[in-house]
Amino acid sequence: MNIALDRSKLLRFQSLIALFLLCLGLSILSDKFLSVSNLWNVMRQVSVNICISTGMTLIVLTAGIDLSVGSVLALCGAIMAGLLKNGIELPDSNLYIGFTILGAILAGVITGSAMGAFSGWTITKFNVPPFVATLAMLTVARGLTMLWTQGFPISGLGDTFLYFGTGWLLGIPVPVWISAIIVAIAVFVTNKTRLGRYIYAIGGNESASRLSGIQVNKVKIIVYTIAGALAAVGGIMVTSRLDSAQPNAGISYELDSIAAVVIGGTSLSGGRGSILGTVQGAIIIGVLNNGLVLLNVSPFWQQVVKGLVILIAVIIDKSGSKNE
Amino acid sequence: MLQVNNITKRFPGVIALENVCLSIEAGKVTALIGENGAGKSTLMKILSGVYQDFEGEIHFKGAPVKFSGPKDAQQKGIAIIHQELNLIPYLTITENIFLGRELLTQFGTIDKNRMRRKTQELLDRLKLKVKAETQVVKLKVGQQQIVEIAKSLLTDAELIIMDEPTSAITGSEVELLFDIIENLRNEGKAIIYVSHKLDELFRIADNYVVLRDGKSIESGEMEGITQDQLIAKMVGRKIEIMRKSSGEEKCETLLEVRNLTLKHPLRPKEDLLKNISFEICKGEIVGIFGLMGAGRTELLETIFGLHATGISGHIFMEGKELKCASPSEAIAAGLALVPEDRKKDGLVLGLDVKTNISLTTLHDLEKLGTLNDAKEVALADKYISELKIKTSSKNQKANNLSGGNQQKIVLAKWLATKPKLLLLDEPTRGIDINAKNEIYKLIIKLADEGLGIVVVSSELPEILAVSDRVLVMAEGTLTAGFTIAEATEDSILRAAIPQSHFDIKA
Repeated sequence: MNIALDRSKLLRFQSLIALFLLCLGLSILSDKFLSVSNLWNVMRQVSVNICISTGMTLIVLTAGIDLSVGSVLALCGAIMAGLLKNGIELPDSNLYIGFTILGAILAGVITGSAMGAFSGWTITKFNVPPFVATLAMLTVARGLTMLWTQGFPISGLGDTFLYFGTGWLLGIPVPVWISAIIVAIAVFVTNKTRLGRYIYAIGGNESASRLSGIQVNKVKIIVYTIAGALAAVGGIMVTSRLDSAQPNAGISYELDSIAAVVIGGTSLSGGRGSILGTVQGAIIIGVLNNGLVLLNVSPFWQQVVKGLVILIAVIIDKSGSKNE
Repeated sequence: MLQVNNITKRFPGVIALENVCLSIEAGKVTALIGENGAGKSTLMKILSGVYQDFEGEIHFKGAPVKFSGPKDAQQKGIAIIHQELNLIPYLTITENIFLGRELLTQFGTIDKNRMRRKTQELLDRLKLKVKAETQVVKLKVGQQQIVEIAKSLLTDAELIIMDEPTSAITGSEVELLFDIIENLRNEGKAIIYVSHKLDELFRIADNYVVLRDGKSIESGEMEGITQDQLIAKMVGRKIEIMRKSSGEEKCETLLEVRNLTLKHPLRPKEDLLKNISFEICKGEIVGIFGLMGAGRTELLETIFGLHATGISGHIFMEGKELKCASPSEAIAAGLALVPEDRKKDGLVLGLDVKTNISLTTLHDLEKLGTLNDAKEVALADKYISELKIKTSSKNQKANNLSGGNQQKIVLAKWLATKPKLLLLDEPTRGIDINAKNEIYKLIIKLADEGLGIVVVSSELPEILAVSDRVLVMAEGTLTAGFTIAEATEDSILRAAIPQSHFDIKA
């Protein structure tokens, strides 16, 4: 028993060790890497992925997947930006509704939650495989984004709004604060609450969970809703950092997110994994991206390297779990 | 032909096989018998190369062998025909038989004609009157089994292991199978035949090996031994009839089922349960016996709220009507269901013992929305000691425990909900005799404390051992009810055999 426990501890450190080696290598190869400004820059960029991937981890733990996070992020970002900048005008009734920053953000988060809840509902009510349901949502949300923006970026959102993506608080970038708070809550939920326990149980054995009186469908809908809301929070950061909601924002973010989850050791078949693992996974991807740029590796090679890293991480993880 | 010396196989916390020795002769059928949990399946998995890490040695055809995997064992001449057949339904017989060893033409493409000819030869030899290009899905179970045998003949297996080959086939198919076995024996193949059906063994086996509690107890020739002697070797310890019905007549009704009918979810004209009515009193143990497909499991599942649609009739728990819409409703009303297949429906195997035990009662362990570790540990400790769950720690994964201990975890998680009515579906399937007896004692103790208990079982001795009252089901209806004093194996079985079958026999 102790051996199994030690090995799982070792497995948890595996990605930390990989991260350390990666940083060590990069600081030798590039003198820019270890500068404070570069590291904060990396963390600022990673924050978006951490935010999305926290929701993704919860979903993957229930043996599901969410391919729609990138599109939902774009849609929510666009809705926030649009409401903030233009409000809602109803020409027929001569009505204009303006939005404060808080109101716009709230509307965005509600939209994200609704999208997630809808995915969860189709998955549980009609037994649609999560892969298919969220693939459909990916297209729907992207289409809605295009409709809302008419295909043009919505820019010029005011200095206050930019604070969420570019600001500093106590010497730490605001997005890092936001993602850290989200991670802290998610770690608490997964380890210390009933919902967290149910998430692991459902991923481990859905049928046994249902027979134990767990309302499996309810838990799943909650999880997809959370993921949608977190995609919206990612949307705040991205939109704010660019001072613009791009209709093409968030494309392929779902892949980076799934990669972070998988590198972090969460099993795609559910029931096994952790939020902190995902955080490490996201940071590894972020550092890798940053390092490859600093080393002037061509963007095409960057993709190849990233893909191989994901593959290696999963192979190592598999060989570890086989021995258990 | 095959010599097994001192094999020991350990799983975390359990020794599945201990110093097992065995010798199998060519041209003989050797019966491998033993109770559930005696270690038969582990032994077969070792012989067929599934498990490679064990102590002891195997000699095959005079030389020591080590199998690197199932395929290796196959190539060296050992074939196994599993109880659950391993055929791919939408491929043809030919494609299945040659799977992984396709014959090729000189151009490197698949030589369909030669494969089909060879398959047809094999099928003819086994007297299976179907075409080689038939899809396997269209065959009956008995025919599929013969396809498996054909597969083993193709690899020139010299030792063929058959695991419960007659469990799913009918009389004439059994005769055909026995003919085939007879022929294989005459060709000099060695056969290990695993079965619970002792009368079959007397027909076809030459030798026997009895496994009990993971040790090979005895082996010898079938000739000159009686069925009773074999049973005595298998069981060793007997289930004593433990429940002495106290004869109390006053019955406080706990559960009342009135005219319960359940439609088949896919075929609405067919009823899985037909007009079932019965009552269960507080402190009473009711055994429900029925053959496969009698509707026993469906009855429990319906009461527990797993078949939300297609129900008619009424179920009352302590006088209040149950809607039977979901397990959570049933749990709230004081019901608990220990399912038939604990690995599939009972446990989250990848989680530890503690987490599995607390899964049903997490809301009690919460304080301000946070799970209380100390309370959870206390709960797990309580049941580990109360039910004598043998585990190296409460943090051990459920997967690593033996069947009996896994079953106790499932029981523990339900006892934690303080149920009033316990529904047990095959509570001792696949667990060793010791654990069985412990579970029987527990059931009786719980009934004495006032719980109503329903025990569904396909093992008659079990039903007779613990029940106060026996209900018998056949084809979705209740066909008989006995008090334990009236019940005999004979009368119960008679009521359990579907009527249509009776007509044919009469």
